Amino acid sequence: MSLNTDMPVRVADVTQVTDLVKRFRFERLDGHPMPFFSGGAHVVVSMNDNGLLRRNPYSLMSNPDDNSAYEISVLRVPNSRGGSIFMHKQVKPGDQLIVSQPVNLFAPDHRGRKHILFAGGIGITPFIAMMEQFSRDNIAFELHYAIRSRAHGAYWQQLLDRYGPRRIKIYVDEEKTTIPVAEIADNQPLGTHLYVCGPAGMIDGVLMTALKAGWPKENLHSERFLAPPAGLPFQVFLEKSNIHMTVGEHQSILEAAEAHGCDAPYLCRGGACGQCETAVSSCDGTLEHNDIYLSDEEKASGKKIMICVSRFKGQQLVLQL
Amino acid sequence: MTITFRNETFRDDFTFRNSLYNIRRFPFPFDRDEYMYSVNMEPHVRGKKDSVFENLIDVDEHYVAEMQDRAIVLKEDPLRCQALPHMMTAQWDTLELLMEHQARDYPEHFTLTKNGDRWRWINRPLGIDDTFTFGDPSTLPYPPMEYITRQAQGDFCIVDQRDNNLWMDAGMVTTQADWSLDFDIGMNFMEWHGPVPLAHQIGVFDRALKFLLNLQQGKPTRRLNWTMTVNPRLDTSPENYHKWGPDRTTVTPENVGDKMHLRVELQSLWRLPRSNAILFVIRCYLISLNELVTVPKWGRRLPRVLKSLPPEIVDYKGLTRNRPIMIDWLAKYDDGAPTSAGIHPD
Repeated sequence: MSLNTDMPVRVADVTQVTDLVKRFRFERLDGHPMPFFSGGAHVVVSMNDNGLLRRNPYSLMSNPDDNSAYEISVLRVPNSRGGSIFMHKQVKPGDQLIVSQPVNLFAPDHRGRKHILFAGGIGITPFIAMMEQFSRDNIAFELHYAIRSRAHGAYWQQLLDRYGPRRIKIYVDEEKTTIPVAEIADNQPLGTHLYVCGPAGMIDGVLMTALKAGWPKENLHSERFLAPPAGLPFQVFLEKSNIHMTVGEHQSILEAAEAHGCDAPYLCRGGACGQCETAVSSCDGTLEHNDIYLSDEEKASGKKIMICVSRFKGQQLVLQL
Repeated sequence: MTITFRNETFRDDFTFRNSLYNIRRFPFPFDRDEYMYSVNMEPHVRGKKDSVFENLIDVDEHYVAEMQDRAIVLKEDPLRCQALPHMMTAQWDTLELLMEHQARDYPEHFTLTKNGDRWRWINRPLGIDDTFTFGDPSTLPYPPMEYITRQAQGDFCIVDQRDNNLWMDAGMVTTQADWSLDFDIGMNFMEWHGPVPLAHQIGVFDRALKFLLNLQQGKPTRRLNWTMTVNPRLDTSPENYHKWGPDRTTVTPENVGDKMHLRVELQSLWRLPRSNAILFVIRCYLISLNELVTVPKWGRRLPRVLKSLPPEIVDYKGLTRNRPIMIDWLAKYDDGAPTSAGIHPD
């Protein structure tokens, strides 16, 4: 049983940032200040989509020292499971939502002498809060931000205006400019930390390049939230709660359990934090592990599953939940 | 409630005593008649009135005397308070947390007024009234962690989180059960728990670390830990072992009730908002066996627990010599009656 510290909020403002990105500003309903947070933190936003509970993680992008409100930016993903579409189409100023306490799975290493940030597309959001912190504390940083086109890229102009072209470098697909990752990784002082947030291919590419250049893995940080992938519906039996349920095409096991009133633990809902690790009692079929938390051996053993993103193909899955 | 602070010592003439009220609020650590290590963590939420769980940062009648004892320790050994340079944001987090809790729960004794970044802090028991700029260390007489932990009971460690581990990167440690911040600073969770017997083998630390890495803002957690100390001495540090180690040989059947103290740590862990570090509060409570047996349930249970201890734990907690003396002396308080579940007096 978890103590509930979620915060009911009012949507104070909705801003169309680009054709596909909207910014939302949340203030607490009870009038209290928001908790302070650290750059890189996210919150889980709970939405009531016509009786269907949706919970999506979004990075906080407002100034961490401003406790009057939180801001997030949401990219509309056409083939998404519905969370981003709901936020774009349904959520208006004055609406009420539930926001979790901030959780940081992508914190800067405070020992770093210099921080290099690689962002792709909407992956810019955690860095906006991080840069506020670096700049407040007079810590050296530089941002390398790749966007599709100047029209589609969010916030690049504001960031250039705010921090200047020495610290903010913009790369545009449409203009055939790409981040010279190898060159950047090759030429950094001792004690530099590197961070990357963006599409999976970009994250893998940047990390691989840095490792090849001899970077210690402790100095490399990435944030990838995995949206739970869709798949065929399947049957699950939750042993402890005595619940038989069907996990729908666009639903995760976690979401199905919640819909049946089972209070399962979770934090990131993106396969990264480990909180929702669940023991498998029996499995008449194949587990489809989609998380980045379990080791390859653990995945192969078939004894554990991260219910926020992983799926199952087969007759029946029995979980100790 | 206005607390009457006692004038007492934790060294030399050892005038420390608990009032009757304070005895009954003691955090007796045994919820059953035997003891073994476990991941005994629970949410740190407000508990019973007139218990140490009533407020999340507890201030009691020993506050002023404990702060005086801390000042003596720091004067002799400034390395009891250390912070690595990257912990400055976490230091401010700590100052904010302790000031807010003390001011909210003990308004007769502490007042915090904020005007933007300009803060005024009044500590009446210690006669302090300072105005400073939050975030600017040059406006305080000490660095922020040292400043506030000279005014808060318990030891404090600030633990940084990175590389899926926790690192002891700052602390104020003057009331410790035989461990040294100066030795442990910079170590990770597994390293600083290295000396504990048995618990590693049963996976306690793996599970505890996993749990703490996911500790959430707004959901502090707590556990109780315990040992026993001869004389009510707060500073049982390795640095001063030559001063307190020999005390163990002074215990006799005649003086054991007076000299032997159950030493309980109420450990609470808090995710800090601005730094994402974890504040680890280790609040030490002392009670003599004479005081403890005034609660019949505790008098019955303690000898049963002492009898059931595995030899490794007896050795680790330094009880080898005096355990039989305690068990003999406590025998008269155990009539064999069953004890009720939980830690609170009946």
